[in-house]
Amino acid sequence: MKEMRILSPTAILGYGFPESSFEAGMAQKPHIIAVDAGSTDPGPYYLGSGNCFVDRAGTKRDLTFMLKAAIKENIPLIIGTAGGSGARDHLQRDVEIIKEIAKENNLSFKIAVIPSDINKNTVLEALKKGNIAPLYPAPMPTEEEILNSTNIVAQMGAEPILAALNQNINIIITGRAYDPVVFSALAIKDGFDTGLALHLGKILECAAIAATPGSGSDCMLGILREDHFELKALNEERKCTTTSVAAHTLYEKSDPAKLHGPGGILDLTETTFEQNTEETVIVRGTKFIKGEYYIKLEAARKLGMRTVSFAATADHIMIKEIPTILQSIREKIKANFTDLKKEDYFIDFKIYGTSGVSLFGLQSAEPPTVGQNFSDYKFTSANNSDVSINKFNLAEPPAVGGGEAAIIIDVVANTKELSKALCSFARSTMLHFGYAGRISTAGNLAFPFSPSDFDGGEVYEFSVYALLKADPLEHFPLEVLEL
Amino acid sequence: MKLTDIAKVVRSKNAGPYELTFDIIFNDAHTFEKFISSEIITKKSFANLYTIKEEDILGIIPFAPANALKITIVRPISSGQIGERDVYGAQQHKPLMEMQFEF
Repeated sequence: MKEMRILSPTAILGYGFPESSFEAGMAQKPHIIAVDAGSTDPGPYYLGSGNCFVDRAGTKRDLTFMLKAAIKENIPLIIGTAGGSGARDHLQRDVEIIKEIAKENNLSFKIAVIPSDINKNTVLEALKKGNIAPLYPAPMPTEEEILNSTNIVAQMGAEPILAALNQNINIIITGRAYDPVVFSALAIKDGFDTGLALHLGKILECAAIAATPGSGSDCMLGILREDHFELKALNEERKCTTTSVAAHTLYEKSDPAKLHGPGGILDLTETTFEQNTEETVIVRGTKFIKGEYYIKLEAARKLGMRTVSFAATADHIMIKEIPTILQSIREKIKANFTDLKKEDYFIDFKIYGTSGVSLFGLQSAEPPTVGQNFSDYKFTSANNSDVSINKFNLAEPPAVGGGEAAIIIDVVANTKELSKALCSFARSTMLHFGYAGRISTAGNLAFPFSPSDFDGGEVYEFSVYALLKADPLEHFPLEVLEL
Repeated sequence: MKLTDIAKVVRSKNAGPYELTFDIIFNDAHTFEKFISSEIITKKSFANLYTIKEEDILGIIPFAPANALKITIVRPISSGQIGERDVYGAQQHKPLMEMQFEF
C-alpha cells in the first residue's frame, strides 16, 4: 500500500525532544521531517519587534539533529514560520543558525528560503481595491494601522513550498506559513488526498501534544495512506488514543469541524477516529473544500515603553482599601505631573490574590492609537466605572493566598523615561499611602526585589489580522542558497 | 453538581489573538449526551457566567468524537494588548469550573 511517513520532532522548533524518540522516528524511515517554528500565542511583541520567542541555543540544538538526519537520508526537511513569527528578522535568525550548523558539521546542501513579508503599500492598495476581508472579531485594519505596523506577514499555503520541492530542493525554510502545510506539502505533491494531508499536518504541528500523556517536546509520526492516516507516538511512555487525538482537534480552534486555511476549509464533520493498535489511532473522512484563495495577514505595531514594579501586602485592612488607594494614586499622578496629557501614558494595577487573572468583568474602550489616548483606553466594569475602583469586592479578605495580595504596577508611556518616572511615583505613593483605618504605618508594600522596578521594554499590539485575496504564489518569492 | 464531577478536561485558550475558546471534555459519551440535551450551557447562561454580552458568544459547539463541548467567544481585548491579564488565555476557566448546576 502506498504510504507517506511524516516525522514531526517537536511542537515548536527549539522546544526540544528526547534523542531516543527522534532515533525511533528515523528508524521508521520517514519520507520527510517537518517542524513548525511559530505561533501568535506569545503575543504581539515578537512579531512587532522582530525578536524570537524561542531561544537560539534550543533552536540550534533541534535543527542540528534534523539537518544531519535529513541530509544523511536524503529526505526533505521543511521548517515553517521561522523564528516564531516568520517576519524577515525571524527568518534571518534561523537561516543564520542553519549556516552555522552546516559550517560546523561540514554539510553542504541547497536551501530554499521563502519569505512572507508583505509590503505596506501592497496591503494599502488591496484595502482600497476591496481585496482585504476582515476576520471577525478582529477589526478591519485601517490605513493608519497598516502604516504604523512594523512587520506585516502573510500565512502561505502549500503552493510556495511545492514550488521549492518541484525544483528538487530538500531543505526548505519559510516565513509565516499556515501551520499544517510544512507537513502536508510533500504529500500533496505526491497526490495524496489534500484533506487528509492537511488534517494530519494540523495534528503533527503540535507533535506529541496529541498523545497521552501529551508533550510539546517529543516526537510524533504520521503515516498517510490513500483513505486514512495513522498517528504514532515515538516514545514508549506515550500513546495515541481516540480521545487524545479527538481532544487535540479542539485545541486552540474556534470550531473543531470547520478549519479555515489558505484556499479553502478543512471539513471534519464526517471525520472518524478509530483505535488501531493500543498505541495508534486511525483517522478517516476529513475533506478539503476548495474556496476562494485568501491568505491571512498578521501585523503588530508599537504602542510605547513599559516599566513594571512588583510588590505585595499581607495586611487585610490595606487589601480592603486597595480600590480607594488606586483611585487616589491615579489622581495624584494627574496632580503631580501637570504637564502630562492623558494620551501620554497608561497605568494598570494587577492585583493578584483577588483579581489578577480574570479577563472578565473588564471591558475595553476603543483600542489606543499609537502615542495617543492611552488613558482613554481604560478598563471599565459592567457599570462603566473605572475597574480599579469597582472591580474588587473585598468585603472579606481573599481566602486564596492566605490573605496576601500581590500587586504589579504596569505603566506604558510614549517614552521609557516617562514610564519609569510614573511607575516610580505610583510605587512610592502606594508604599506610604495613608489609607483609612491604617495601623501599619511604616510602609504598605513588601518588595521582593531591589531594584523594585523593571524595564519591560517595547510594548506592541496586534494591528492587522485580516484576509488578503491573493494568488497562492505571488507574495512568496523563492530564494535559493547553496551552503 | 460541578463540571469537575463529570468532565476530565475544563480549559480555556486563545483561538488566535481575538478569540477565546473553552473546551469541556466529558468523562464518557453518555454524560456528554446527557449534558448537551440538558441545555445547561446556553448563550444566556454562559453570558451570565462570564458577564459578557450574548452576541460576543461566537459558538457553542458539541463535538461528539471527543465527547466535548466547545464555547468560543470574542476575547475581551486582543492578546497582549495593554491591560492584558493572560496572554495565552489559558487561565480563564475558573467560572466554568466552579459553575453549579442540576444534573
